[in-house]
Amino acid sequence: MEFYRSHVLVCTGTGCASSGAPQIIEQLKKELKDKGLEKEIKIVETGCFGFCETGPIMVVYPEGTFYCRVKPDDVKEIVEEHFIKGRVVKRILYSGNTDEVKVQEFEDIDFFKYQERIALTNSGQINPEDIEEYIGNDGYFALGKVLHEMTPLEVIEEVKNAGLRGRGGAGFPTGLKWQFAYNSQGDQKYVVCNADEGDPGAFMDRSVLEGDPHSVLEAMAIAGYAIGANQGYVYCRAEYPIAIERLNIAIKQARERGLLGKNIFGKGFDFDIEIRLGAGAFVCGEETALLASIEGKRGEPRPRPPFPAVEGLWKKPTIINNVETLANVRHIILKGAEWFASIGTENSKGTKVFALAGKINNTGLIEVPMGTTLRTIIYGIGGGIPDGKAFKAAQLGGPSGACIPAEHLDLELDYDKLKSIGAMMGSGGMIILDEDNCMVDVARFFLEFTQDESCGKCPPCRIGTKRMLEILTKITEGRGEPEDIENLETLASTIQNTALCALGQTAPNPVLSTLRYFRDEYEAHINEKRCPAGVCKSLLSFVIDADKCRGCGLCARHCPADAISGKVKEPFVIDQDKCTKCGTCMEKCKFGAISKK
Amino acid sequence: MRSLEELKALKEKVQKANAVREDRGAPTVTVHMGTCGIANGAREVLHAVMEEIQTRNLTDVHVKQTGCPGLCHMEPLMTITIPGQTPCLYGKLDPAKAKKVIIQHVVNNQPVVEWLVNADK
Ligand SMILES: Cc1cc2nc3c(=O)[nH]c(=O)nc-3n(C[C@H](O)[C@H](O)[C@H](O)COP(=O)(O)O)c2cc1C
Ligand code: FES
Repeated sequence: MEFYRSHVLVCTGTGCASSGAPQIIEQLKKELKDKGLEKEIKIVETGCFGFCETGPIMVVYPEGTFYCRVKPDDVKEIVEEHFIKGRVVKRILYSGNTDEVKVQEFEDIDFFKYQERIALTNSGQINPEDIEEYIGNDGYFALGKVLHEMTPLEVIEEVKNAGLRGRGGAGFPTGLKWQFAYNSQGDQKYVVCNADEGDPGAFMDRSVLEGDPHSVLEAMAIAGYAIGANQGYVYCRAEYPIAIERLNIAIKQARERGLLGKNIFGKGFDFDIEIRLGAGAFVCGEETALLASIEGKRGEPRPRPPFPAVEGLWKKPTIINNVETLANVRHIILKGAEWFASIGTENSKGTKVFALAGKINNTGLIEVPMGTTLRTIIYGIGGGIPDGKAFKAAQLGGPSGACIPAEHLDLELDYDKLKSIGAMMGSGGMIILDEDNCMVDVARFFLEFTQDESCGKCPPCRIGTKRMLEILTKITEGRGEPEDIENLETLASTIQNTALCALGQTAPNPVLSTLRYFRDEYEAHINEKRCPAGVCKSLLSFVIDADKCRGCGLCARHCPADAISGKVKEPFVIDQDKCTKCGTCMEKCKFGAISKK
Repeated sequence: MRSLEELKALKEKVQKANAVREDRGAPTVTVHMGTCGIANGAREVLHAVMEEIQTRNLTDVHVKQTGCPGLCHMEPLMTITIPGQTPCLYGKLDPAKAKKVIIQHVVNNQPVVEWLVNADK
């Protein structure tokens, strides 16, 4: 390869090409030839810099000088001044608008300002595929500490005192669970990490596994030491290929370093971890179904007791903890129970990760102290509702969860307060609904999900959810009858009281919470055959306002069902029998003459 | 790992290595590669970054990958850290934009304000 002392990059992307790059290259070639610089300076044509508005662009290396809005006339000056005399042509240098804009610390931008990151500390900060980066951030020091300085009971005490509760949904005190497993007799015990994450729209656990897999592995080893287990399993859904890949890499690297395996830290403690893949059935996230699935059986739940802490995997004492729960453990060990307990509210300590989705400007993953209000999350972190629409409800906890209406925007989110309004923390899925969402339809959506995911083992859940779904579908299709609400309520309480597992027991929650806070919407559907949010198609009709219609015919031309007819310059009409309620006409009308009723 | 001392030594080594990086003034480009990022094109962004670094023969730039920082609505995301300066987080990138960030920010030390997530606008 020939050596050039300088490379001149000229952008020949579409933008710069049209603003004159070819002429510049031509001019440049000519000038370089004239001055005999062809062998010293190389012209490189590049693709778009994405900076087209200041094009044509030229960058000179090795200095990296960035010239913009270069004109053919400038070329001579650049060659004479810059290439020959080594003086930058300041006049056409890119100056940017950076002077007026201050770059803020991440913690100062709204999205991060209200957050407190414990489980997500490393996520987005370290390379998850390099164990050394984790170690550089105190990784495996918590495991080192417990093995060197603490007895298993001290570890359990520390986790209890921290007040850590399960993040997988039920909120059971983690230390207590470990205590039960510790107390259970058995030559063999197991630690299982629940990474099934079945709630639609939730991705908290996936992000932790992808961004910081070692924090989960380390916590499993700590739990193993605490309860006397030397084998762990991560049960992860096969739909999370990147999480699985990074877990595999992490396990391999930890083994290579002797942080998993035999005689860890020379302390005589053995612990190893394997991954088990789930096929993505919602019920397999339920702990007893999950254990059955690991054992190679059908993923169906069984009645408790016996609880897994007493009789779990292959009938041996087993603890099952959620990914996020585990991700908190090393911080508790390193910083102490007191520190952890100082965050959050009286009975809900620490933070909670939420997956923010739906009608919100900033969708994403957030971690806030327990007790943060919905208002802070939605308007502070989430940047509010798009298009200036009104907030209607926050759906929390997925298919087992509830809808929280605007009157509770200032409720401090923690386990107890949520329970007091008939909602639950759930695993952290948070879907924001605005005025355009129909609450009956939302309830129907979740019932459809649970009905579909019911394992079928117990009748209340198998048949009950089906009946509830039928009633809800009927209501949204305009065939609702007054007794439907009562029937829904009776079914709901029967299923709650008699279903085998929490899938069934919680399945009515979306219906009950919407009935509690949005009963008027149900009544409008049933009694007036009207969907207030304009979502349920069977209850909608599109009509043309004859006064506003100018008879342009645009709607008729775009109607895919040929349902609109009329004479030019006279008001058009929609044939309700043919109309499929797609809404295209309303979008196309330039005069706002078409409305939903 | 046979002892806590060994772990400590490794941690110090890692931290030292990172400090050397800082001292030398070498910028770090970190592409956020969670599933969300990858689905939105983070891998293409990473490739574009590598390509740009290669074309321009930039030898003193570190490229890293990391997980999701949570701002999924701004994916693909990339953080540019130039020692001694506030790290800059770029959002909604594509390969062309990423290349421009490399040229303008990493090479010329001029943040591309319009795509900056943490700009005080
Ligand atoms: C239908 C159903 C699905 C569940 N899905 C999950 C899940 O995906 N992830 C999870 O961690 N827990 C899930 N759980 C809760 C688990 O049964 C269990 O309570 C939890 O994993 C315990 O861990 P924790 O105490 O750390 O929260 C589910 C429960 C039910 C009833
Ligand atoms: S699947 Fe558990 S009650 Fe139906």
